[in-house]
Amino acid sequence: MAKILSRMGDGWPVELSEAELKQALEDGTQSAADTCDIEVLQDDELTYLFEICKVGTTMTGVKPGHQVVLSYDGPTFEIRRLGILANRQTALQIYERCFGADTLEFSHIDYSYKQVKPIVHEEIPLFEQLQALTVAPMLYGAMPNLGLYTQPDGPVPNPSELMPQGKIKEAQAAFEEAVEMSVNDMVFVASELYTAGCDGINIDTVGAAGDPDFKAALLATEALKKKYPDINIEIGMAGEFVLGMHGEMTHRGKRLAGLYPHEQVKLVEEAGAHIFGAVINTQTNQSFPWNLARAVTFSKACTAAANIPVHGNMGMGVGALPVCDTQPAETVSMASKAMVEIARLDGL
Amino acid sequence: MGTGDPAGVAITHAMTSGMGGIRTTGDLVARMQISRGMKIAEAKKYVADKLGVSISEIHDAVAMRETREDLRIGTLQSLPGHPKGIEAKYNIARLLDIELNSLRTSKVRMG
Repeated sequence: MAKILSRMGDGWPVELSEAELKQALEDGTQSAADTCDIEVLQDDELTYLFEICKVGTTMTGVKPGHQVVLSYDGPTFEIRRLGILANRQTALQIYERCFGADTLEFSHIDYSYKQVKPIVHEEIPLFEQLQALTVAPMLYGAMPNLGLYTQPDGPVPNPSELMPQGKIKEAQAAFEEAVEMSVNDMVFVASELYTAGCDGINIDTVGAAGDPDFKAALLATEALKKKYPDINIEIGMAGEFVLGMHGEMTHRGKRLAGLYPHEQVKLVEEAGAHIFGAVINTQTNQSFPWNLARAVTFSKACTAAANIPVHGNMGMGVGALPVCDTQPAETVSMASKAMVEIARLDGL
Repeated sequence: MGTGDPAGVAITHAMTSGMGGIRTTGDLVARMQISRGMKIAEAKKYVADKLGVSISEIHDAVAMRETREDLRIGTLQSLPGHPKGIEAKYNIARLLDIELNSLRTSKVRMG
């Protein structure tokens, strides 16, 4: 029987038999279900996933009418990262006019609200110019990035140094102080961009510093919605699981550490955000089909729980995409189709 | 999405499962998700109803090129005498019956 060309989670090619492919899909969905008590994929969904993974063409696609909205993090520096001599306005025009982008995101190369705060007055004129040039909705995006608030990068004692010394309460207090500073910075920058006319604020890569990072994003969203009731906010996560860096941090009575996407989205929509970006991490030592079945299982549970649109994070290393710099298009295409058609995502 | 490989990721997603932005009505459906928190099916129906077309037509690049030109809500190619950029947004806001923050603030700036 002919082998099926597939890949590992690090992108390297691997050949699988039909039996091995089926087993990888079953193991992947079971892994997700075992992790956080969600349902495995149904037999017909696994069969459809098998057909997608077996197709063997360079590209695939969703059925007509199943297309979804695409949103981005950091498209302004995606172009410059390639060494192309284009400013940020040009980059976003390329996304809108050449790449079929449904939304645009203006952002700074140092993608953190703390770093943007002192130069936001330089960001706004460029942002305003671009609003006049483009048609698609334009968001402003950056990260809470709580790591920047701890010493030596910031003013707060470093919890990673305090914890090994047994200074647990001091470490937790440092995180709490960092949350307060981060919320202030996010509210300041988002207010400036709202006043400049942005269609939405993207608080991205949330949870990169664990539960305090997620807490900061939720508090900033609530503060902004109170200040500007019609402000539109998207919250995109950093990973599938909220790390317990603080460990005991709660929000509205819910412990944040250990939450998975279908639980994270409930807090996000309660805070007042309009779009949630769910992340499922890729495991490099497992095959692409295993990762895809796992990502679809998590994402399906998330979209079922959500009352707001869910956009699956599907860049390098997330949403079953391999961890490699140049992405194999056939793998991205298969993942894109499966996540939209089986997990019922509202966007990517 | 993001990675630093637009051909591998952004373009591949756009070709596989993206609505196509201003080539079709992806920007309009996105506006309903962003501003009203509508899930994809509800957002598509809202846009189709406002445009007076079917759900399948809002995905069609040929049909929507004509519709967008007629409704003056911005087209992929720059057409002489047709609204571009923020001019098209005025017509989009009126058509979708939503307030756009970008228009509100531009009016403030113009005094």
